[in-house]
Amino acid sequence: MTITVKFFSSLRESLDMSSQTLNAQNVATVIDAWNQATNGAKMPDNVLVAINMDYVGRGHQVKDGDEVAFFPPVTGG
Amino acid sequence: MKIEIREQPFNAWQELHGYQETCNELRGKYGATAVFAGTMRDTNASAAVKAMFLEHYPEMTSRYLDKIAHQALQQWTIQDALVLHRVGDIHPEDTIVLIAVWCEHRDEAFQACRFILEELKHRAPFWKKETLSDNTTRWVSSNTPAK
Repeated sequence: MTITVKFFSSLRESLDMSSQTLNAQNVATVIDAWNQATNGAKMPDNVLVAINMDYVGRGHQVKDGDEVAFFPPVTGG
Repeated sequence: MKIEIREQPFNAWQELHGYQETCNELRGKYGATAVFAGTMRDTNASAAVKAMFLEHYPEMTSRYLDKIAHQALQQWTIQDALVLHRVGDIHPEDTIVLIAVWCEHRDEAFQACRFILEELKHRAPFWKKETLSDNTTRWVSSNTPAK
């Protein structure tokens, strides 16, 4: 009954955290996952979110076993 | 179709030639090959850049490069496509991305190649961290606009 939270790029550096495992019982939405993993840090406006490698909105539901990733705008290519 | 994320430098033109040589089903069929090669510059945003680290979210980048290429296949009549993207330590003049699309005619080849590039730049989770000439580092905060 866990949720994995990952952070990438400048967000990982600013939070000084690359991943966290959360108890799924306490996490209903993306916002909950962010708040629990970061101890309530303010989420930057430009943060993107993916669940199980697909983009989702911040209000999206999270379920047991999900991998939730937070990262800044992408800059590949 | 070949889609790969590369940790080591590659020569875009050798890759292009080598891949095309292996595609026997393309022989005599394609009339247009559109190619985009993105190369690291030694300057960005008014600063000299001596190196760059390209981070990615491995499972998601693979998934999105595949998804984007298949969207292009659905939208245009593509005979074949090649997408290579670097990660890791990169230096000026190194190729960052190579996209090639083979079609019967130029219009769909140009459009599909541009589509794959722009979608990749906006959706595939890669991030660039530059090392400047004074050894300070900075994350690139956004891509340049398409036009």
